[in-house]
Amino acid sequence: MRNYVLLVLLFSSITSLSQNCDNSLSGKVTDIHDGQLLTGVTLIVAETDQAVQTNFDGTYSFSNLCNATYYIQVSHPYCLTKGFTVKVSGDTNKSFKLEHHIEELNQITIEGKAYSDNSKTLHENTINKEELERFSSGSIGDALKSLSGVSALNTGNTVVKPLINGLHSSRVVIINNGVRMEDQEWGAEHAPNIDINSVSNLSVIKGAGALQYSGDAVGGVIIAETLKVPVKDSLYGKSLMTTTTNGRGLSLSSQLTKSYENGWHATLQGTVKRFGDFEAPDYILSNTGVYERNISVKVGFNRFDYGIEGYYSRFKNELGILSASHLGGARDQVRALESNIPLIIKDFTYTIKAPRQDVTHHLATIKGFKRFESFGKLNFQYDFQRNNRLEYDIRRGDDKNKASSDLQLDTHTVLLDLESHLTDAIILKSGIITKYQNNFANPNTGVRRLIPDYDMYDLGLYFIVDYQLNDQLLLEAGGRYDYSYMDVFKFYKTSFWESRNYDQRFPEIVVEELSTQILTNPQLNFSNGSGTLGATYAFGEDYKLFFNYSIASRAPNPSELFSEGLHHSASRIELGDLSFKSEIAHKVALTFQRKNEAFSININPYINTISDFIVIEPTDVRWTLSGEFQVWEYRQTNAQLLGVDVDASYAFAENYRLKSQFSLVKGYDRTLNVPLIGMPPVNISNEIVYQNSEFNNIRLALQSAYHFKQNNYPNTNFEVFIPETEIRQELDVSSTPDAYHLLNFSSSIDINLNQKSKLTVGLWITNVLNTSYRNYLNRLRYYADDLGRNILLNLKINY
Amino acid sequence: MKKIKFLTLALIISTLFIGCSKDDDQQPQPVNEEEVITTLTVTLVPEGGGATVILQTRDLDGDGPNEPVITTGNLAAGVSYSGSIVLLNETVDPAEDITEEVEEENLEHQFFYTSGDDLDITTSNENLDTDGNKLGTEFTLVAGAVSSGTLTFTLRHEPTKPNTGIDDAGGESDVIATFNVAVQ
Repeated sequence: MRNYVLLVLLFSSITSLSQNCDNSLSGKVTDIHDGQLLTGVTLIVAETDQAVQTNFDGTYSFSNLCNATYYIQVSHPYCLTKGFTVKVSGDTNKSFKLEHHIEELNQITIEGKAYSDNSKTLHENTINKEELERFSSGSIGDALKSLSGVSALNTGNTVVKPLINGLHSSRVVIINNGVRMEDQEWGAEHAPNIDINSVSNLSVIKGAGALQYSGDAVGGVIIAETLKVPVKDSLYGKSLMTTTTNGRGLSLSSQLTKSYENGWHATLQGTVKRFGDFEAPDYILSNTGVYERNISVKVGFNRFDYGIEGYYSRFKNELGILSASHLGGARDQVRALESNIPLIIKDFTYTIKAPRQDVTHHLATIKGFKRFESFGKLNFQYDFQRNNRLEYDIRRGDDKNKASSDLQLDTHTVLLDLESHLTDAIILKSGIITKYQNNFANPNTGVRRLIPDYDMYDLGLYFIVDYQLNDQLLLEAGGRYDYSYMDVFKFYKTSFWESRNYDQRFPEIVVEELSTQILTNPQLNFSNGSGTLGATYAFGEDYKLFFNYSIASRAPNPSELFSEGLHHSASRIELGDLSFKSEIAHKVALTFQRKNEAFSININPYINTISDFIVIEPTDVRWTLSGEFQVWEYRQTNAQLLGVDVDASYAFAENYRLKSQFSLVKGYDRTLNVPLIGMPPVNISNEIVYQNSEFNNIRLALQSAYHFKQNNYPNTNFEVFIPETEIRQELDVSSTPDAYHLLNFSSSIDINLNQKSKLTVGLWITNVLNTSYRNYLNRLRYYADDLGRNILLNLKINY
Repeated sequence: MKKIKFLTLALIISTLFIGCSKDDDQQPQPVNEEEVITTLTVTLVPEGGGATVILQTRDLDGDGPNEPVITTGNLAAGVSYSGSIVLLNETVDPAEDITEEVEEENLEHQFFYTSGDDLDITTSNENLDTDGNKLGTEFTLVAGAVSSGTLTFTLRHEPTKPNTGIDDAGGESDVIATFNVAVQ
């Protein structure tokens, strides 16, 4: 502000001097978003009609100007033309900033977080809009697993949870439209609550380096961004319809955007999906239907130097869990494993019965930004999320239609951050985040709470500095501190409380002793530090080397701390530990990149060393009245994951391209020297794509994906008593399924309907050969084969 | 601009109010576990008089770490017993009789009796559901020659009915209780 005053004073003192008309006016024109120099910008002095263009270095120069005030029009093909009033006095230097509108409508950002600045020293994998549209009828997890190094932890075909470099659940942070998703992500059978059709750009950072979002992303960060709206008068939208043979269903999605040149814009988007039972090659997977209904609204006002946006989305998903996977104790498991086909196969239906999930996620956010010439861009964001999760089991009597788990998680977050260009070469991002979370477990379910009632308060502070040393080398460093406090009310079974010696270790937290239960009030504090250090080195025309070291700290989640009882959907007893501390991961990632139209390759080796890694593994077998159940206990150990991801793309002839991917990850428990459970097996995929933009943009692709057998796994088998033979029989729950190979075909063609509308017709076939296979990362692999052939017809209209 | 600022502020404040308005019930209510079966009691009354045999398994902490407490008894060779099964939920006071629920939903339930190869007993004459298929909360048990082995009672929820026995019944096991029994 003081600078303005000084400038005004300076100018006003000069205007009184005598007329002098041999002054020059020079300066540069930059993009207001990222400070990039703009070339080919036309500047016209209105009074004299003098016109010049900026050079390759973004500079311009006028001569023979008087000491006077001029009106200068600045224009660029991809920018909105702007007028500036400039006072010339002597040889004057003045720089202009334009908002750079890249050709594509969706590239203009209301906020500074265009996906390129999530982390500058960690390589990002991105799925663009066109690729996402191919997954329109699936889920966000289906789309993510098309990236190298990302796989999916499935519960059947409907619950698809992303797994980054072997890690999942609380170790993967998902950011939806700038908001960190708080949707009970701790559960392995809890899928992310995002409508894939509301996302126009999806990227994955395989590391904790993006500290502005979190310090606990031991596995990585997934960032989903909504469509960006241009600042111009426009009305446009698209509708997508997909029908599938497998599941015999339909997915419909529409989106409409209205924008104005004055900066106002509004977008309305909605999706409906309905599928019946899916099918394996040889049988129907009974009770695997899906019914999803989502809506989102965005309204905003966007100018060069300030903007505000409100966003609301509601995601509602009802899905069935394979009937044959719902079991009593271990003896039912023996029966299921001995059978080659699911124990329950019924006729096709759209009806979804228990066991099923019904999840609703509300997300509302308000954010704004303001650019200050003097100190940078300030962002403010408030968001509210409500996640209501209902899980229905097969029950008896009056409880038949009652959920056995009814959890409501409310989260409020306030975020303030500042991005300042300290010099042309140094950018500092810093911020503060506060969060309040409340979990409420409805006691009317008649089933003891899996997750207790709690209040949680979080405070986070971070900074990230980028230093562009020269054209080749960029350095990045950052740090983050998070403090969280949990105030919990938890009922323990008296027998468990005593068997763990909690009565001696934590007597102070007991609130009340009931006949068979004890009410406790644990109050937990976690202080976590995290940091990142990296460099990017560009060399040659097309090469880049990324190096990143990050340290991430994750506080144990409520499931790891408080589980104590039968988890019916997993058919096992799960036990947590109240005394867990934070796990700390050190990850070193290197990426070698060659980026070129003809041949691109990324090679990304990494090593992730995690101390106090929380694993759950079988420790015992417990007798109950429904027979024996395996007991899985959480414990902390030292773990190490190493691997490499490779992507390559080679244009071997005109219009033809070969795309290849390879991912390998090995995980070890370094304390016990055994492999970690649930690591993705090696997989390799090759795709040949023919695309001709001159012939209706026709695209044909054939993909071959080979998944190896996982040979590194711990032995978690246990013995079960068989009443008929009176012997104890080993139950093999640890062996991994055989390798398998899948062929997928996709095709699409564009048809111009009129000047403004375009129809895209797509035909895809997944699992072309109708191969029967089981996937190690599918939790229901014991009970049924994976999906058989699916033919999808997709119609998209852009208008 | 002023209007926007005001609207923003108003929205933020209103959402904060929504968020902060449900902090009244501090201490959560304990959950009454309505469905848990803690106790299975098989009563075998000898036809024509004699000592009644009680087989019972009782697990008051359900899926907790305590093992079920099992009471068993011995059968008399050559005697025919009329058997009945009672299921209780003793986590609630007074205890709830789950057998009633099973009998109400008789089409969706069935008891199976499995004896080890060495134990010489036979079961028959199960009571029926409303469709005339076996339910099995009541039955007849005949103790054969002197022998010993295990006797297992399994309650299946949603079995295939009718069936030829436990092997093709399917469904989910709600109760599995195994007793070491001797015929003397």
